[in-house]
Amino acid sequence: MTTTHDLGQPVMTSLAVADPGGLIQSVDWVAVAPPLIAALAALAVLVADLFLPEARKRLLGWLSAAGLLAALAMLLPLLGGTRSTFCFTSGGCSYTADHFALAFQLLALGGALLTVLLSLHTVDAEKLPGGEYWFLLLSSACGAALLPAARDLATLVIALEVATLPAFALVALRRDGRGAESALKFFLSSVTATAVMLLGVSFVYAAAGTIQLQGIAEGLAHAPAQLKPLAEAGAVLTLVGFAFKTAAVPFHFWVPDTYVGAPLPVAGYLSVVGKAAGLSGLALVTTVAFRPYGHTWGLVLAVLAALTMTVGNAAALRQRAGTPHGAVRLLAWSSVGQAGYLLVPLAAAGYAGSADPLGATVAYALIYGLVNLGAFGVVALVGGSGRLEEFRGLASRNRWAAFALAFFLLCLAGLPPGVVGLFGKVVVFRAAVDAGLGWLAVVMAVNVVIALAYYLKWTALLFAPAAGPAAAPRRAPAPLSAALGLAACGAVVLSVAPQLVLQVVSGSLF
Amino acid sequence: MNAVLIALLVLPLLGAALMLAPIGDKRALRLGTTVTGGTLLLAVALAAGFDHGEPGRMQAVTDVSWIPALDVRLHLGVDGISLPLLVLTALLTFLCAVYSVKKLPEGPGGRAFTGLLLLLETGMLATFAVLDLVLFFLAFEIVLIPMYFLISRWGSGKKVAAANRFILYTLLGSAVMLLGFLLIGVQAGTFDMVKLADAHGAGLSHTTQLIAALAILVGLAVKAPAWPLHSWLPDAHTAAPTAGSVLLAGVMLKMGTYGLVRVLLPIVPDGTATYAPYLGAFAAVGIVYGSLACLALARTGAGGDLKRLIAYSSVGHMGFVLLGIASLTPTGVNGALFANIAHGLITGLLFFVVGAVKDRYGTADLDTLAGATGAALYGRAPRIGALLAFAAVASLGLPGLAGFWGELLAMYGAFDPAAGLSRPAFVTYLVLAGLGTLLTAAYLLVVVRRVCMGDPKQPAPVAELPDLRGYEAASWTPLAALTLVAGLWPALLLALSDPAVKHLLGSG
Repeated sequence: MTTTHDLGQPVMTSLAVADPGGLIQSVDWVAVAPPLIAALAALAVLVADLFLPEARKRLLGWLSAAGLLAALAMLLPLLGGTRSTFCFTSGGCSYTADHFALAFQLLALGGALLTVLLSLHTVDAEKLPGGEYWFLLLSSACGAALLPAARDLATLVIALEVATLPAFALVALRRDGRGAESALKFFLSSVTATAVMLLGVSFVYAAAGTIQLQGIAEGLAHAPAQLKPLAEAGAVLTLVGFAFKTAAVPFHFWVPDTYVGAPLPVAGYLSVVGKAAGLSGLALVTTVAFRPYGHTWGLVLAVLAALTMTVGNAAALRQRAGTPHGAVRLLAWSSVGQAGYLLVPLAAAGYAGSADPLGATVAYALIYGLVNLGAFGVVALVGGSGRLEEFRGLASRNRWAAFALAFFLLCLAGLPPGVVGLFGKVVVFRAAVDAGLGWLAVVMAVNVVIALAYYLKWTALLFAPAAGPAAAPRRAPAPLSAALGLAACGAVVLSVAPQLVLQVVSGSLF
Repeated sequence: MNAVLIALLVLPLLGAALMLAPIGDKRALRLGTTVTGGTLLLAVALAAGFDHGEPGRMQAVTDVSWIPALDVRLHLGVDGISLPLLVLTALLTFLCAVYSVKKLPEGPGGRAFTGLLLLLETGMLATFAVLDLVLFFLAFEIVLIPMYFLISRWGSGKKVAAANRFILYTLLGSAVMLLGFLLIGVQAGTFDMVKLADAHGAGLSHTTQLIAALAILVGLAVKAPAWPLHSWLPDAHTAAPTAGSVLLAGVMLKMGTYGLVRVLLPIVPDGTATYAPYLGAFAAVGIVYGSLACLALARTGAGGDLKRLIAYSSVGHMGFVLLGIASLTPTGVNGALFANIAHGLITGLLFFVVGAVKDRYGTADLDTLAGATGAALYGRAPRIGALLAFAAVASLGLPGLAGFWGELLAMYGAFDPAAGLSRPAFVTYLVLAGLGTLLTAAYLLVVVRRVCMGDPKQPAPVAELPDLRGYEAASWTPLAALTLVAGLWPALLLALSDPAVKHLLGSG
C-alpha cells in the first residue's frame, strides 16, 4: 500500500492518518466469491477428512460438489456488470470480474463440478485417498477460477501455479508405476515452463516498470529503445510458458502419457480446466499486456495454432483400434488438436488489434469443455483396458452411453447433429477470416476434415455389430450417469439454442 | 399455411424420436407408415393450399431469428421449385414405409429402421424447405447419418465399404460446400437465401463469387452426382436395401441439383456463368459415360448387377439435369427440374421392381437371372415384367411418359444457351446428349429383352416366382400413375416451376 510521506511532519503524526478508513482496503467479497468459495470448500474438505470415519468418506465428494455448486451460484450476482477489487490507489485493480472472467470461471467451476460427479465412482473403484483427492481438485479449480480475473502478472502466475501444482499430485494419486511416471513427466515439463515464464515476467517487469497488465501495455508502448529487446524477449518467454500450459505444439509432448497415467476424470479435468486456465492467461497477457506487439505475437500464435491442430489431428488419426488406452490417447491427441482451434481467435486478436475476436475462443472453450468432459465420462463408464476396440457395438450393450458418446464426438467433430460444435467452429473460422488470416482458415478447414475421419471412425465403431457374445450390461453408477446426463443434456440444449453460448461472441468481454 | 410446413418437418422428427421408446418391431413399422402417411397428407395439404397463381413467390413463410450472433435465421418457405420436391419426398418415403412393413430387409430390426427412415425424411424435407444457407447445410448433413446406417446395417454385399465410401465422398463434398457458404455469408453479411437471391450477386466481388461458386459446385456435384465425382453411387446403390436405393435415387440425388438451382444460380451468378460451360461438359460426358457403362453391364457374360446398372443410368439421367442447369436458360432449368421429378418417380419405381426381383431370385446378377434365353418375366410373373418394361421405357424417354419432357427441355436449353455462353460448345454437348439418349434406349431395351422376355420353360434359378403382391402393387402403382400423369400433362409441373425459375434467374 502506498502511504504519502510528509517530510515536514513529526514521526508520530505520520502514523496517524487523517482518514484511517482509506488505508484499509475494502474488498468486494461478492466479486471474489466464486474462487473464494472453492478455496473454502477445499479447506473444509481437508478438515472434514480428519474427523470423518472411513465409512463416510463418500460424503466428502458430495461436499465438494456442493461447494462448487455454491461457487457457481455466486457467478449469478456478477452478471450485472464489471466489478473490480484489490485496487491500487494509483489506479488499476488486481482482480476484475468482467464477462471474460465470468465465462472462464463458469468453465473452470462447471468443469470441476462435472469432474467431481465423474470422480465419485472412480475414487471408490480405484481406492484413491478421498480427502486428498477432493482437496486437490478443489484447490486446482480455485486457481483456475482465480486466473481469468487476475489483472496483474503476480496474481496471474500465482493463480496458474495454484491451478497446476495440485494437478501433479492428482495425476500421481493412482498408485501404480504409470501414475507416478506420468506425474513426473507432467511435473518436470510444467515446472520448466513456469521457470521460463517467470524469467519472462521479470524481463517484462523490468522493461515496463509495472506488473499491472494495463500498465504494461502503456509501459511497453513508451519503453526506451534500449529496453525493447528485453521487453520482446520477456514477452516471448511468457508466451512460451503459457503455451506449455495450453499444450500447444511443440510444448505438447507431455499430454498423451499424462492423460493415460492419470485417473480418467483427472485426465478430462486437465484437458478442459487445465487447458482453459492456460488459455485464459494467454489471452490476458497477449490482448491486454502485450497489445503494442500485436502483430508479432499474432503471427507467432497463428503459426502455433496451425502447428498444434495439424500435429494433434495427425497423431489422433494414427491411433489404432487395438492400442491399449487407445481411447484416452485419441482424446488426448484430439484435445491437442482442439487447442489449436482455440488459439485461432487469439491470433486473430493480435492482427485485429482488439479483443473482439476473443469471444470466439470463449464460446469454443465452453462448448469444447462440456462435450470433452462428456466424452471422458463415457470412456470412464465403459472402463476396461480402454482399447478403442472395446467400444465396438456399445450401442447394443448400453444404448444411451453409445448415443451420448456419439453425440459428444460429433460435437467435437463439428458435424450435425452436433450443431453446437459446428457453430463453435464457424465462429472461430469467421474470426480468422475477419482478421485477414485466410491461410489459417484454410489450414483449419483442412484439419476439421482430417479430424472428421477419426471421430467418425470411433462413432461408427459404437454402432458396428458386436464382435463377440454381448456381455451382460453393467449397471452404471448413479453419479456417473448423472454427470453424463448433465453433459449430454447441456450439449443437446446448446445444439437447439446455440445462441446461449454464442452470445459471448457478439457481446463485450472486458 | 406456415403451420402446415412446420408440422411437415416436425412430424417425422417426432416419429423418429418416438422410435427411441421400447416398442415392438411390427408396431414400430406400422407406426412409421402412419407417420409418413400423415406427412404425405400434410404435403398434399400444403400443395392444395399453395397459391398456384403466384408460384414464384415464397409461400408458407416462417422467419424467426435462431442464432443472432451468427445471423442465422429459421427461415422456411416453399415456392414452385420446392413444392413438387416436397410432395415427391413425402410420397416416396410413405411408399417405402408401406413396402417395408411387409418386406423388411435383413438387419437389426424394424424399430431402428423406422427411426432412421423418419430421420432421413426430416432431413430431406428440411433441405427443400429451408431458406437459410446454414440451415440448408445442416439439413444436407442430417440425411447422411440415417443413410449411412441404412446401407451399412440393412444392406447386402460389401455394405460397410460402400457406406464408408458414400459418407466419405458426401462429407468431403459438403465440407467444401460449407466453406463456400461461409465465404458468401461473411462477405454479404447474411445467410438468407431469399435476400441473397434477390441481390443476384450484388455485394460479392468477382473473386469471391468464383471461389464460392467453385466450392458450392463441387459439394453439390458430389451429391448430384456429376461425372467424375459419381463413383460412390454405384457401390452405394448396389449395397443399399430397396428402400434406401429408392430414396437415394429418388430424393437424395435431387438435393444436389436443387441446391444448384436454389443456391448457385441466383446467389453467385457471375461465378456460375464462368463455370457453366465446364459443368455442361461434365454433364455431357456423364450422359455418355453412364449409358456406356450400362451397356457394358447389360452385355451377356458381363456379370452386371441390375441395381448397379440402374445406378449408372442415374448418372446419365442426372447428366441431363445438370446440362439443363448449365444452359442457364429458363427452358433448360425448367427441363432440369422436370427431369428431376421424373427421374425420382421412374427410378424409384425401377428400384422397387428390381429390388423385388432381387428378393425373389436372391440375386440381381443379370447373367444368373437371364440364363441362356432370358428371365422370361412376361411369362412367369407377367405383372412384374410389365411394370419393369413400363419403367424402362419411361426411363428411356418415351414420349407420353414423364422421362420425355425433362430431357427434351434440357436439350432444348443447351441448343440455345444463355447469352455469354459459347453456343458451339453447348451444341456439341447437345449432340453428345442426343447420342446418350440413343445409348440409353439401347441398354434399357437389352435389359427388357434379357429380363422380361425369354423361354419360360428353361431351367430357372428359382422354381416358384410369385407375381405382384398386394403391398407391392400398393407401393408401386402411385409411381406408375404419376409417371403417366406427368408425361401426359407436363404443364402441371412446368406451370409451377417456370415463374419461380424466371424469378431466380432474374428475368421475370
